[in-house]
Amino acid sequence: MKITVKLFAYLRQGRFKSMDMEFADGTSIGQVLDNLSIPRQEMQLGILFINGKHAKFDSVLQDGDTLAIFPPVAGG
Amino acid sequence: MYGWTGKILRVNLTDGTISKEPLPINDAQDFIGARGLGTKIFFDEVDAAVDPLSEENKIIFMTGPLTGTLATSGGRYNVVTKGVLNGTIAASNSGGMFGPELKFAGWDGIIFEGKAPQPVYLWIHNDEVELRPAQELWGKTVFETTDMLKAATDEESKIACIGPAGENLVKFANIMNEYNRAAGRSGVGAVMGSKNLKAVVVRGTKGIKVADPQGFWNAITKARTMLKEHPVTGAGLAAYGTNILVNILNVHGGLPVKNFSEAAIFPHAESISGEHQAEHNLVRNKGCFGCLIGCGRVSNNKGKYKGIGEGPEYEATWAFGADCYVDDFEAISKANFLCNELGQDSISMATTLACAIEMTEKGIIPRSKSPLSWGDADTIIEMVQKTAYREGFGDELAEGSYRLAEKYGHPEYSMSSKKQELPAYDPRGQQGIGLNYATSNRGGCHVRGYMTSPEILGIPVQLDPDATEGKPEMLKIFQDLTALVDSCGLCLFTTFGIGLPEIAEQYRTATGVQITDEDLLKAGERIWNIERLFNLRAGFTKADDTLPERLLKEPMKDGPHKGRVVELDTMLPIYYQIRGWDENGVPTAEKMHDLNLVV
Repeated sequence: MKITVKLFAYLRQGRFKSMDMEFADGTSIGQVLDNLSIPRQEMQLGILFINGKHAKFDSVLQDGDTLAIFPPVAGG
Repeated sequence: MYGWTGKILRVNLTDGTISKEPLPINDAQDFIGARGLGTKIFFDEVDAAVDPLSEENKIIFMTGPLTGTLATSGGRYNVVTKGVLNGTIAASNSGGMFGPELKFAGWDGIIFEGKAPQPVYLWIHNDEVELRPAQELWGKTVFETTDMLKAATDEESKIACIGPAGENLVKFANIMNEYNRAAGRSGVGAVMGSKNLKAVVVRGTKGIKVADPQGFWNAITKARTMLKEHPVTGAGLAAYGTNILVNILNVHGGLPVKNFSEAAIFPHAESISGEHQAEHNLVRNKGCFGCLIGCGRVSNNKGKYKGIGEGPEYEATWAFGADCYVDDFEAISKANFLCNELGQDSISMATTLACAIEMTEKGIIPRSKSPLSWGDADTIIEMVQKTAYREGFGDELAEGSYRLAEKYGHPEYSMSSKKQELPAYDPRGQQGIGLNYATSNRGGCHVRGYMTSPEILGIPVQLDPDATEGKPEMLKIFQDLTALVDSCGLCLFTTFGIGLPEIAEQYRTATGVQITDEDLLKAGERIWNIERLFNLRAGFTKADDTLPERLLKEPMKDGPHKGRVVELDTMLPIYYQIRGWDENGVPTAEKMHDLNLVV
């Protein structure tokens, strides 16, 4: 299935801003992080969105989803 | 006296007398300092019906017991007065070095009353305090004023002043200290302007005593370690500043576009984002007194809008950017630099422009008056300048969005609550922030109960942004805790990494006041309630705890929150109940007794 993966802040360094990627059906966000060599430990307080809705490591992706991955950041 | 210095100044601008008074210590223990203590003094001394621009209004600069100490990010002070923009209690909070310097001079705060017959500034050098003429400063920008006052006093002076906007009584004029830090909202700068008070200049060389030095050291070491080890306060904010929120809110579908009239997704978000700023314009980050977070930005514009300045932060970037449909980061940055230089609030300035643009595009404001259109950055920048000097259409913009929209018969286009413009979060995608906007004691504001933290950022827990359940309960805690943090003199951003126990331990060891964590949080609740009581006395009612019709009735047009409105009717009665207020939003006798509030 095709997933659009968007990375933000320092996660872009050495990776990409946005890329359409192919994953096997049933792939979870955690597996995408592993695939991109983004340590899950580092992402405990990260912010994950599937199509703009909050998601977790074990959230399963569907074909055509957009996954946005932010490291732990905040503002105000 | 520990933590507090134990002394305040009272300056009567009408007759020029300056008196030195003891800090009212019982009130200080009940209302802590800064926002809380300033409000208590103001509440007791000023008729809530006062005209904000009249001689009878007062303006109080107040620090907290942790301001200027080694406490975590203890660099804050508050300016308390009756706000010019909307007539609510105003407590405008700023960082930098000014608050600590006032403490180093030996003063917890300054109460200004009356009106000077001619422009003046106050010069404080430790115990020596005098009013000096400021005729030659009148008309000068914030930067010019600051430079001239440093030359006239001491190069190390810390200066809080107004610019042309404050002098010209722009309804959202602010007070700037150290050039670029702002007591930003509610129009506190116009109160200074109305009193012919151009600046407060301080040089202090004393220290601040803490009650239990070893205990305090242990408390700050623990808190600082937690902040350093937390990925947000230890790394994220320093690297990207607050502007990292542009992309987060855009992905979330809550970045308001064109005066909240379109789906809250800005197609050009990337070009105004924190990532863009870091890559193209960031010179370095910057911290306030005693801060290890360092969220501030120094930015360099290289193109058409060439120049170096501070910011823009997230709010200004959104307001001049997505809300006015400007996609050029350097144009946004230029508009923000100008706001700092002229002394006006970038949120209210830009959102008033967005309101004016929508009304111009709809034909409600004639083109003969308003030259504005979506995305026309040059005209927007020109109008920022004209607003501060009240030139042409700028004179109408200087009244803020509510008065502007009302003048043309359509107040519904003002995206404000209690006439203060809303900041950078569309509440249709975030129910809790909607309730916060509606109940904020100073009107539209994000830093009275920052529900974006749990609803979007997952701090301290992730709440469903679309849910209403649990939001009134969480908001009450956030509002009370924020009132406590502001009143201690700490920066709100510390709460991303530390909580009530760490704040309370710093407070106890600094002041020597033995108080439980719970009772300290209750002091925050007491502060929230006295602010509410002031507003009720000033004539605000339940009917004012609301939001623009657009946010209550016009469903979000697209994106993750498509179809949503703010379900305020569901949340507000529960909020009142949790607060111990009656169905009209008035604190009950039981609640007053519980909080030991005698008024």
